[in-house]
Amino acid sequence: MKKSQAIWFLVILLITSSVLPVIGNADEVFVSDAQQNNHIRTLAASCAACHGTMGNAVGNGNNRSNTDEGNAALAGIDAADFTIKMLGFREGSQKSTVMHHHAKGLSLDEINQLAVHFSQQKRIIMAPLKPQTLKAEHGSL
Amino acid sequence: MDHFSRRDFIKAVGASGALLVSGHAFARATKPPMGRVVVIGGGYAGATAAKYLRLWSLGAIEVIVVEANQQFVSCPLSNLVLGGSKTINDLTFGYDALKANHGIKWLQDTVTAIDSGAKKVSMLRGELSYDRLIVAPGIDFNYDELPMLASAEAQQQVPHAWKAGWQTVNLRKQLEAMPDGGVFVMNVPKAPYRCPPGPYERACQLASYLKVHKPKSKIIVLDANAEIISKKGLFTKVFKETYAGIIDYRPDHSIKGVDLATKTVITDFDKISADVLNVIPPQRAGKIAQIAALTEKDYPWCEVNFLSYESKLVEHVHVLGDSVAAGLPKSAHMATNQAKVCANAIVQLMAGQAPDPAPVFANTCYSFVSDTSAMHVANVYRYDAGKKMMISAEGGGVSISPSEKEAIYAAAWAQNIWADTLT
Ligand code: HEC
Repeated sequence: MKKSQAIWFLVILLITSSVLPVIGNADEVFVSDAQQNNHIRTLAASCAACHGTMGNAVGNGNNRSNTDEGNAALAGIDAADFTIKMLGFREGSQKSTVMHHHAKGLSLDEINQLAVHFSQQKRIIMAPLKPQTLKAEHGSL
Repeated sequence: MDHFSRRDFIKAVGASGALLVSGHAFARATKPPMGRVVVIGGGYAGATAAKYLRLWSLGAIEVIVVEANQQFVSCPLSNLVLGGSKTINDLTFGYDALKANHGIKWLQDTVTAIDSGAKKVSMLRGELSYDRLIVAPGIDFNYDELPMLASAEAQQQVPHAWKAGWQTVNLRKQLEAMPDGGVFVMNVPKAPYRCPPGPYERACQLASYLKVHKPKSKIIVLDANAEIISKKGLFTKVFKETYAGIIDYRPDHSIKGVDLATKTVITDFDKISADVLNVIPPQRAGKIAQIAALTEKDYPWCEVNFLSYESKLVEHVHVLGDSVAAGLPKSAHMATNQAKVCANAIVQLMAGQAPDPAPVFANTCYSFVSDTSAMHVANVYRYDAGKKMMISAEGGGVSISPSEKEAIYAAAWAQNIWADTLT
């Protein structure tokens, strides 16, 4: 039980701190993108390979978890829910095929900032991309 | 800032109609607020860089992509075309959504030269000036040691199928035509090469087809490396257990020569005749990276600064994707990650600011060991200021075993990375 108490302590800590602006001082914020810390937006963007651009996973409707139809949508996720899941992946209490390998490599501060980042993204329902017939002239030498 | 007006236009060399049309489309009354980035190559790296430059500069950077092909064909999942659970038309996409959604300008053309002093790119049908250039040309095959495979005709007979497209279709047809009891010979080139687990995944895909359709056949895998170089434990187990008697894996076997007429490969140890022969040649940075002097003589990959992916050799030229000497897996996910770090850095550099001093990203490579079973290797990488490289963080690793669940997640990975790269 000690472990889960520790998780809850962290969760509460992270949630309370995530209410405060974590984006950084005004002078650190890049002029052309006032909303997002550019360190965290690159990290968050690397999640897109599985969770879609800015957390808008394709083909899975509004599902917040992975289904047979597609991966979990992170855009607009509740920041506390996100943090609990990520800490669970680190700890082993959240079931995972691959996410523990990602969550364990991140710092608590990064998890905290990712929670804020994804909770602020607008959810857009995305359909899978339509494939095409390969044209004869396509080169591959 | 007078270079903004000087470089304002494309000079039509051949005065071809196509160029003039694109030329007019690019004419601007006003200069772009932050400048122009030209991207060479519309693969995972180039397309992603173009999109995120537009997104993160809020449209203030003008982005022009130069890509020779009209369509995008995904290398990830293309081994499944060989196995038969996908067709090439499941993996082929257009660029229209990407262009339209982000206002990216596009030229279907082939780059012939880069003048980094004058900051100009020459193509078959014109030229372009740039403030910063991104070179994302993928890989080039090195036929120095296998000159008999250098021609297009030779590659019809002995496909590499290591750039997805008609080569993949060709190899699948040869596999289908192979008699039961036939011998399929394939190789793993010396690392580094595109997609480290790819050749081993290919062996599994071929075997999964043969096991059902031609059970008397076998696959000989000649590995130029001393051992399986990715997901070793997992692949070793699958080869031994799932494909026992079908996959004959031979480490430390380099191909020294090929007799095309008899489809015979020569190694240091023996000569092996094949019914179907698939040689994946040794690799180096894409052609344009060599032409533009982005590689040094004795090392065929591009050295970059990992905060911005700017070449260590040529100023204002950034290199992305498989051409980069990163010491990390040359994967599609990695290419898109590099593209995002680079786009982020360019947006800052063009605004006169320093790029993020500590980039971090996550990478995953899935491999399908059958049509319904897959496994992964996943890692977080962070910039190490001492080593000046991206270093694997703690906590990464591989699947415990291949599973159907991960095949579903791997398919979802593909859907998401395609949508992220191409819309
Ligand atoms: C290689 C694909 C992949 C990448 C990359 C990836 N994820 Fe995941 N994610 C998954 C899968 C698969 C699951 C389902 C749990 C599992 O099997 O690991 C998941 C689940 C999650 C969940 C829980 C969703 C829920 O409520 O059930 C969160 C939160 C999450 N990921 C966040 C992230 C973040 C943040 C990143 C980037 C740092 C990331 N993921 C990168 C594949 C990925």
